Amino acid sequence: MSGDASLEVSGLAFAYADGHQALFGVDLTIGRGERVALLGPNGAGKTTLVLHLNGILSGGIGTVRVGGMEVRPGDRETLREIRRRVGIVFQDPDDQLFMPTVRDDVAFGPANLGLRGPELDQRVAEALAAVGMTEVADRPPHHLSFGQRRRVAVATVLAMRPEILVLDEPTSNLDPASRRELYEVLDALDVTQLVVTHDLPFALQLCPRSIVLSGGAVVADGATGDVLADEALLAAHRLELPYGFDPRSVAPR
Amino acid sequence: MSGGHGHALYRPGDSAVHRLPAHVKVLALLAFALVVVATPRERFLAFGAYAVLLGVVAAIAHVPARVIVRRMVVELPFVAFALLLPVVSQGPRVDVLGLSLSEHGLLTGWNILAKGTLGVVASILLAATTDVRSLLAGLRRLKVPDRLVEIASFMIRYADVVTGDMRRMRIARESRGFEARHLGHARVVAQGAGALFVRSYERGERVHLAMLSRGYAGSMPLTTSAASRADWLRGAALPLAAAVVLTAVML
Amino acid sequence: MHVPDGFLNAPTSVATGAVAAAGVAVALRKAHDELDERTAPLAGLTAAFVFAVQMLNFPVGVGTSGHLMGGALAAVLVGPWTAVLCLSVVLLVQGLLFADGGLTALGTNISLIGITTVVVGWVVTRAVLAVLPKRPASVVPASTVGALVSVPVAALVFVLLFAAGGEASLSFGTLTASMLGWHTLIGIGEAVITGLTVSAVVAVRPDLVYAARGTRAPLQLKRPDGTLMPAPASPEPEPAAARASVRPLLIGGGLVALALAGIVSFFASANPDGLEYVAEDNGFLETARDHAFGDFALADYGEVGGIPVGLAGVLGVAVVLAIGAVMFWLVRSRSAAQAELEDVVR
Ligand SMILES: Nc1ncnc2c1ncn2[C@@H]1O[C@H](COP(=O)(O)OP(=O)(O)OP(=O)(O)O)[C@@H](O)[C@H]1O
Ligand SMILES: [Mg+2]
Repeated sequence: MSGDASLEVSGLAFAYADGHQALFGVDLTIGRGERVALLGPNGAGKTTLVLHLNGILSGGIGTVRVGGMEVRPGDRETLREIRRRVGIVFQDPDDQLFMPTVRDDVAFGPANLGLRGPELDQRVAEALAAVGMTEVADRPPHHLSFGQRRRVAVATVLAMRPEILVLDEPTSNLDPASRRELYEVLDALDVTQLVVTHDLPFALQLCPRSIVLSGGAVVADGATGDVLADEALLAAHRLELPYGFDPRSVAPR
Repeated sequence: MSGGHGHALYRPGDSAVHRLPAHVKVLALLAFALVVVATPRERFLAFGAYAVLLGVVAAIAHVPARVIVRRMVVELPFVAFALLLPVVSQGPRVDVLGLSLSEHGLLTGWNILAKGTLGVVASILLAATTDVRSLLAGLRRLKVPDRLVEIASFMIRYADVVTGDMRRMRIARESRGFEARHLGHARVVAQGAGALFVRSYERGERVHLAMLSRGYAGSMPLTTSAASRADWLRGAALPLAAAVVLTAVML
Repeated sequence: MHVPDGFLNAPTSVATGAVAAAGVAVALRKAHDELDERTAPLAGLTAAFVFAVQMLNFPVGVGTSGHLMGGALAAVLVGPWTAVLCLSVVLLVQGLLFADGGLTALGTNISLIGITTVVVGWVVTRAVLAVLPKRPASVVPASTVGALVSVPVAALVFVLLFAAGGEASLSFGTLTASMLGWHTLIGIGEAVITGLTVSAVVAVRPDLVYAARGTRAPLQLKRPDGTLMPAPASPEPEPAAARASVRPLLIGGGLVALALAGIVSFFASANPDGLEYVAEDNGFLETARDHAFGDFALADYGEVGGIPVGLAGVLGVAVVLAIGAVMFWLVRSRSAAQAELEDVVR
C-alpha cells in the first residue's frame, strides 16, 4: 500500500483468560488514509482483533503498531497517545455509553482530551448532528432504541476526531436510511478506517479493500470486489451475499 | 440488617438546600453530628432543639416527613438494642410502670436513641437533597483521594447494574418456585451471587475499557464550580445553630 | 453492624477514626501494586457487589437473618489493600447517601467492617492456602475459612470497643458470649456464601480472583495448524507481586492489631464505666431470647461473666498475635521455598 503504515499487526495470537484461544497469528498492514473492511463469520475473532488495536486486550504473542508506535500494556504514555489516535466504536453500544445523558456521554472523550466550555459544546453538537441525534442530547442513553444508541456510540467517537477510526459492526440494527446516512458520514471523513461488518454491500460501498478473518487467522486480503466475487472463498467461511445482490454489477470504488 | 440500599433517597428539587454544593453540605452534616455527639445525654432540651433545627432544614428542603420516617428503619436494630438496655443493664434500678429498669440503662438507651436518630435524620436530609454526581464532585473538592472517588463512582454506576441483575435472577429463581427459607438454601443464593459477580464484572470491564479508549485516565473531568462565600455561610447555619444550643445548655 | 452516631463515646470514636484513616492511607499506597488499569473497575464492582449483597439477607436461625459483610470475599477477589478501599467506600457511601451508619462513627465502621474483616479474612485465607495444594480450586476452602473466622473476630473487636467506649453498663462476659455466639452463626452463613461465590468465580474467571494469582498454569497458545507456540517473552509478573505483598500485609495487620489493642486497653482502663458492675443473673434470659433484631443482638444470653476486661483483652490480643506469628511463619517459609524453587527453574 502507498505511504507509511497506519496500523501494523504481526503474528498476533491471543487466548482469553478462560483458556479459549481466539487469534492464531494474525498479520495485516493498513496504510494511512486507507479504508478496509474486516469480514468474517461469527466467532472469527474480529472483535478480539479490534480490541488489540488500542491495547485493551494484550498479553498474547505478537505486536501491534499504530503509526509506528508499538502498543505495550505497561507503557502508559504511549498507550494514552495511541488511544487518542485510535477511536473504536464498540460492537455493543451499551458498553460504550455510561454517562447520565447523551450529551455528557459524547462530551466525555473530548473533555478527557482537555476541551472545555464552548469549544466542548461545539464538538458535541457537531458529532451529534453528524449522526442525526441532536434531539436526544438530553435523554439518558439507556432509554434510547438500539439503533439510536448505535448512532450515539458513533458520535462519541467522532467527537474525539481520531486519526484511525475502527468500527465494530456499525450498521447492525440501523434502519436503511440511517445506514445510508452513516455511510455518508464515514465517506466524508478523511481518516484511516477499519470497518468490521457482516454487511457485505456496505463493505463494498465504503471500502476498496477487504480482509477476511476466519478461525482466528487472515484467510484473504484484496480488493473488496474481488473478494466478494470469489464464491468458493465466501462459501468456505460462512460469508453470504444478500439475495439478489451481485457485486460485479456494482462499479468498484 | 437494613434493606433498601439500592433505592436512592434522592428527591429532585430546587430548594436552597438542594442548590448548596455537596461538599459544603457534607461538612455541615459532619459538624452537626459532632455537636450532637458531644452533647451530654442529660441535656434533654438540647436534643429537642436539634430536632427542631433538622425540622427547619427539612421544611426548607421540602423533604416530607414520610420520606424521613420511612428511611429511619435503618436504625431499627439499634433502637431495639436501646430499648433493651434498660432491661438488661446492671446497676441501681428504678420502677417504671411496674418494670424494674436500670437507671444507667435507661440513660444509655436514651443516649443511643437520641444521638443515633438525629444522625440518621441529618444524613437522610443530605441524601435527599444531593444527587450522586454532585456528591462525587463534592468528595473530590473535599480532597478525598482520587482512587477512592474513582471506586465510589464505579460502585455507584454499577450498583444499578448489579441490583438490576440481582433482581432479575431472583425473579427467575422465584418464578420457578424457589424461596430462601433456611441455611441449606444459601447455596442457591450464593451460586447466584457468583454468577452475578462474573456477569456484572464482565459488563463493567467492557464499559471501563470503552472509557479508556476515550482517553479516561482515572478521574472524571471536574465541571462543577467551587462554593461561594454565601454557600459556606448558608451551610454553616445548621452546625452553628446547633453549637449555640449546645453552649446555651452547658451554661 | 453499622454503628450509628453516639453509640461509642468520643475518645473511642476518635481513636477508631485514626485507625481507619491510617488503614485507608496505607491501603491507598499499597493498592497500587494490586490495581492496574484493567483491574480498576474490578475494585468498583467489588464495592458495588458488596454493597448489593449486603442486602442479601440469609436466615441464621428461627425467624432471624443476618447479611454478608463481604470483607473476606472482597479481599480474596481484589486483594486485601484494595478490599480495604472497597469496603471503606461502601461504608462512606452508605453513610452519606443511605443514612446507614453514623458519619461520626465512620471510623469505627471502617475499622470494624472495612479493616478487621478484610485483614482477618485475608490472613486466614493465605494461611490456609499455604497448606493446600497450589491450584485455583484451593482458594475456595481457604476463603470459606477466612470468612468464617473474620465475622466473630470483628464481633470480638466490637465488644472490645464497646467495653472501652460503649455508653452502656453491660457485663463484658455476657456481651462477649452473646456477640460471639451470634456472630459465629452469621460467620457460618458468611462462610457458605463466600465459599460458593468464590467457587463460582474461580470456575468461570479464575483470573479475577486475586488470591488465586500465581496458582494458574500459564496459557498455551497454538498456531492455526495446532502446534504449540513458544511462551510469550514477558511472563505475567503476578506471582511475584502476590508473594511480595504477604510480608507487608502481615506486618500491617499486626500493626493495626497492636494499635487497636493499645487503644482499647488504654480506654478500657481509663474508662471502666460499664465494666465495673459484677455480672448478675438478671432474669431476662427469656426476654432476650425471644427478641430477634438484625445482626447485633443480645440474644442467646449466656452466663460467662467475671473476666476482667484488661485480662481478657490482653489474652485476646496475645492469642491473635500468636496465631498471626504462626501464620506468618507458615506463609513465609512456604513462599521462600517457592521463591527458591523458581530461581532454580530459571
Ligand atoms: N470474554 C471472552 N472470554 C472468553 N472467550 C471469548 C470472550 N470473548 C470472545 N470469546 C471467544 O473468542 C472467539 C472470538 O470472538 P470474537 O468476539 O472476537 O468474534 P467476532 O469475530 O467478533 O464474532 P461476531 O461476528 O459474532 O461479533 C469466540 O469463539 C468467542 O467465543
Ligand atoms: Mg464481534
